[in-house]
Amino acid sequence: MSNIPETGRTSRVTIRLVILQVLVFSLLLTLGGRLWYLQIRNGQEYDAKANSNHIQQVVTPAVRGSILDDRGVPIADNETLLVVSASRTDLLQQSDGGTAVLTRLAAVLGMKPQDVMDKVRLCDAHTPRPCWNGSPYQPIPITDKATTQQALQIMERREDFPGITAEPTAVRTYPSPDKANAAQVLGYLSPVTDKEVAASEKTSNPLLRSDQVGRSGLEATYDDELRGKAGVTTYQVDNLGRVIGKAGDTPATPGDNLVTSIDSKVQAVTEKELDAAMKAARTTYDPVTHENFKADSGAAVVMDNHTGQIVAMASEPTYDPNEWVGGISAKDYKALTDAKSNYPLLNRAIQGESAPGSTFKVVSTSAAIRAGYTEDGPYDCSSSFNIGSQVFHNDENESYGPISLARALEVSCDTVFYGISYDQWKKDGGTDPKHPKDWFYTTAHDFGLGAKTGIDIPGEVTGRVPDRQWKKDFWEENKDDWCATAKKHKNDKNPSLAVAIAIENCPDGYVLRAGDSVNYAIGQGDTLVTPVQMARIYAALGNGGTLYQPTIAKAVISPDGKTVTPIKPKAVGKLPDSKSTLKYINQALAGVVTEGTADWKFQGWPQDTIPLHAKTGTAEVSGKQSTSWFDTYTKDYTIVMTISQGGTGSGGSGEAVRRIYEAMYGIQKDGQKIDPKKGIMPKPVTALPKFSADGAAVSAQQAAFVTSATDQFANSPAGPQGGAPVPELAALTPTRTEKLLYGRKYT
Amino acid sequence: MSANTYSVRRFTPERSALGKLFARDSVVRRMDWLLFFATLLLCFIGSLLVYSATRNRTGLTHGDQYYFLIRHVMNAGIGLALCIGAMAIGHHRMRTIVPFFYALSILGILAVLSPLGSTVNGAHSWIIIGGGFSVQPSEFVKISIIIGMAMVLSARVDAGDQVHPDHRRVTQSLALAALPVVIILLMPDLGSVMVLGAIVLGVLLASGASSRWVFGLIGTGIVGSILVWQLGILDKYQIDRFAAFANPALDPSGVGYNTSQARIAIGSGGLLGKGLFHGSQTTGQFVPEQQTDFVFSVAGEELGFVGAAFIVALIGLILWRACTIARNATDLYGTIVAAGVVAWFAFQSFENIGMTLGIMPVTGIPLPFVSYGGSSMFANFVAIGMLQSVKMQRPMSA
Repeated sequence: MSNIPETGRTSRVTIRLVILQVLVFSLLLTLGGRLWYLQIRNGQEYDAKANSNHIQQVVTPAVRGSILDDRGVPIADNETLLVVSASRTDLLQQSDGGTAVLTRLAAVLGMKPQDVMDKVRLCDAHTPRPCWNGSPYQPIPITDKATTQQALQIMERREDFPGITAEPTAVRTYPSPDKANAAQVLGYLSPVTDKEVAASEKTSNPLLRSDQVGRSGLEATYDDELRGKAGVTTYQVDNLGRVIGKAGDTPATPGDNLVTSIDSKVQAVTEKELDAAMKAARTTYDPVTHENFKADSGAAVVMDNHTGQIVAMASEPTYDPNEWVGGISAKDYKALTDAKSNYPLLNRAIQGESAPGSTFKVVSTSAAIRAGYTEDGPYDCSSSFNIGSQVFHNDENESYGPISLARALEVSCDTVFYGISYDQWKKDGGTDPKHPKDWFYTTAHDFGLGAKTGIDIPGEVTGRVPDRQWKKDFWEENKDDWCATAKKHKNDKNPSLAVAIAIENCPDGYVLRAGDSVNYAIGQGDTLVTPVQMARIYAALGNGGTLYQPTIAKAVISPDGKTVTPIKPKAVGKLPDSKSTLKYINQALAGVVTEGTADWKFQGWPQDTIPLHAKTGTAEVSGKQSTSWFDTYTKDYTIVMTISQGGTGSGGSGEAVRRIYEAMYGIQKDGQKIDPKKGIMPKPVTALPKFSADGAAVSAQQAAFVTSATDQFANSPAGPQGGAPVPELAALTPTRTEKLLYGRKYT
Repeated sequence: MSANTYSVRRFTPERSALGKLFARDSVVRRMDWLLFFATLLLCFIGSLLVYSATRNRTGLTHGDQYYFLIRHVMNAGIGLALCIGAMAIGHHRMRTIVPFFYALSILGILAVLSPLGSTVNGAHSWIIIGGGFSVQPSEFVKISIIIGMAMVLSARVDAGDQVHPDHRRVTQSLALAALPVVIILLMPDLGSVMVLGAIVLGVLLASGASSRWVFGLIGTGIVGSILVWQLGILDKYQIDRFAAFANPALDPSGVGYNTSQARIAIGSGGLLGKGLFHGSQTTGQFVPEQQTDFVFSVAGEELGFVGAAFIVALIGLILWRACTIARNATDLYGTIVAAGVVAWFAFQSFENIGMTLGIMPVTGIPLPFVSYGGSSMFANFVAIGMLQSVKMQRPMSA
């Protein structure tokens, strides 16, 4: 057959074979293209996936940096505890999943077997705490309180305890040198939340799930510096999680140390004296309420005038920061956040607000001089001052006749400031103001009131300057409530104070009235300040008028002591006063000590060698006993102490503040002999502590401190691992009615 | 051409053994060495990959890391012997044993359906012999269908009676293929059915049968798969497999896990790979069935784009040789046999590699010469023997 070629193929078959060949090779090309796409184009993405598949990390936590005082004494440190941990990976390889080992371990540690097993289970949505929140490849700590004997029992019988280790581990401790507690300044640590871990993933030093982070105080503000970088050992694992090789090893980098301006000795004295003052107040009779003062809370701040650095900061009530170490127990946490304990977590020095009382008169004096009132006056210090039918009394109805502004400060004459403030209020247009100057309010803002000082610990509150704008805002916010109350109670025969205020404020509560104005001038009314704000103002009076941003941290120092990053004091403002005004106020405040409201507490004070300036304040609080304020300064230091429900300024705190100065300067008992060598801080400490090669602070006193610190360890409480993350406590603000009544003086 | 063209040839006794071997018309001169070496090289690479995939799988190897390697090499050796056997018999003489072979493979797949059969990875297509050996009869069905269909389609054409196979012949050949396809579909071994479909298509294409048959078959395939889907003949796991190749999240712990892990393994290989025995996905046993169906992922991870593409190129080389053999065959029978093998290897390789690359649904079929598995290896080598026989156009023992 001629149409069948010798190859046995027709042209149709040939074409078909070509089609087949094209089809086949296009399939192969498709494979090649897909290979290129997966391996070349997306190779890196898959490589990362493969790595996350088979690489598991075991984390060595970094040793957290220490917080040191101005001389290098650790106030937050690490102690070495024997931590017993279990490796889940090892336990799971045992035939019974590790139950037998954990039961034996519980017996050695004197714990219930179930408690031990609960600790090594992994946390998930359905597992209640305790449970392990970290990586399953991480050794899980079972206790950090193992005794040496228990540790030896475990480590000597390795074959009985496969997967269990007992190793010395660094654990946070607050050694309280000289019994300085500084709890609210230091803050505390608690375990990270999943949210925080997720948020930190993209940062250069991501958080690990087993990490603890600072929740308040210096531990929070300088968390990044203190935390260091965890060491990571990476292992290759197979699809069942079995380790098949080591992939990498990065040792942990310890955190930086933080040198603070806190002086543990001054801190200790300050705490002791604040406590003593409060205890003394509780034995003092209050003639107004006819019972002893309650002295429910208090704060004291010692500040370096030249830098705004905090030398000591005490807040009462307080707590032992070691309660947080190793996870706080639910019971301890409840106790710390309970109303019964009066919120010891609050740092009253920056979060406690109250009316400043007469300590505010330095602001009023400055405002009066700026408004054009002469220093000499004279101004009539009568026993009372009338505005319409309202009568405003001097304290204990005293009267000093015509006096200067300085004398008015010394004797804290209210009526002088009533008069000037009322006069200025009328000049500003009274109830119908036209372009008011508002010198008294402007000056308060210029002194830094009504705003945060910017101190380097979190949670600070602003306080309040009740100026026209605030009045207006406050009225807008509350008028509906007020008017409703007023309407409801309009026929009451004997309206309560709250109702009376509502009736008064409903129609025109936004108007700055004469009463507001005169109350404000003596630091009463709606004004709120914090101790640290007042400390800054008095420090500025002492340093020639510079307002510093208060700081506690002085420097960040690398673990080897070689890299020092100082935290420089920052001047953020100037008092609005001329030099002569400042000098005038200075002299007047010295007069408070020598012949004014505080002289009775400062008999025999060496005023020639250590000139002291002071202002007392007694802020009245509706429904409560009066708040005592005592704001003082020398050439170098400012000390402010305030006690809620603590009585008068000089009576409540005069002696305590004097004791602090005496300890700092080395003033002996008779008052006339000064021995700076016995003073714990006769001069501000400006130099940073020296560090040895291993990064330990070298300080002459350190050895002594360590011994005194050891007995603090003994009763250091530690709750179970992994307490619930603790929300930050909001500063306690008065309830709404309280807000209004707080410090208001109606007589 | 008549059958006696390739009748027995006599060698003159004067020739030396070496001389005989390299004589002008000797087997050594006539066989396709490129095809032969490409096959052996593929086998060699396959044994390395199988070893890499299994040396850590203590659960499978019973503690002997060479367990799979030894068996793989043994399979290849037996396969090579079968290849030589096929060459010795020759594809023409195979026609005489095809009815027997066909019947045997039908019995084999029927046995699988009987209680003798075992289910491996959801596919009911094995007969466990014991001693670690098992047989997958559907592999031999492929050979039966190629030779059987080639016989029916080419007989009249090669006899010179027809230019192209007529409808009757095509119908007969399709009936021949339909019986095992239906039985295998009942197993169900979807992968094998797809490969058989490709073989039938390739055979029909090369036979010169009317284009209507070719398109009709494609149409039947499409309609058939829709019917199979709609009538619920497919098991749940097969639907999952189909859906999960495109979106592993549909079946993350099952086949989706398989494909995504295989894709991670291959993708992470990059250009040059992580080095033989150094792939973390392979060493960590993240890819299930890595020595059999997913063996290509070992190549992708450890040998990289270069190595993986080289394997594809070797397959391409084999297919190119096979296409050339099909074109140069002296009769339609040889052309159809070669083309059938081309369709078989091409589709099976594409499906196997494609599923590890995530462009084809996952069906349990091996990569020719590379995957671990005796039945597949034997069938593949027999196919190579048939190709060589077509190339030589006469049995080598002649």
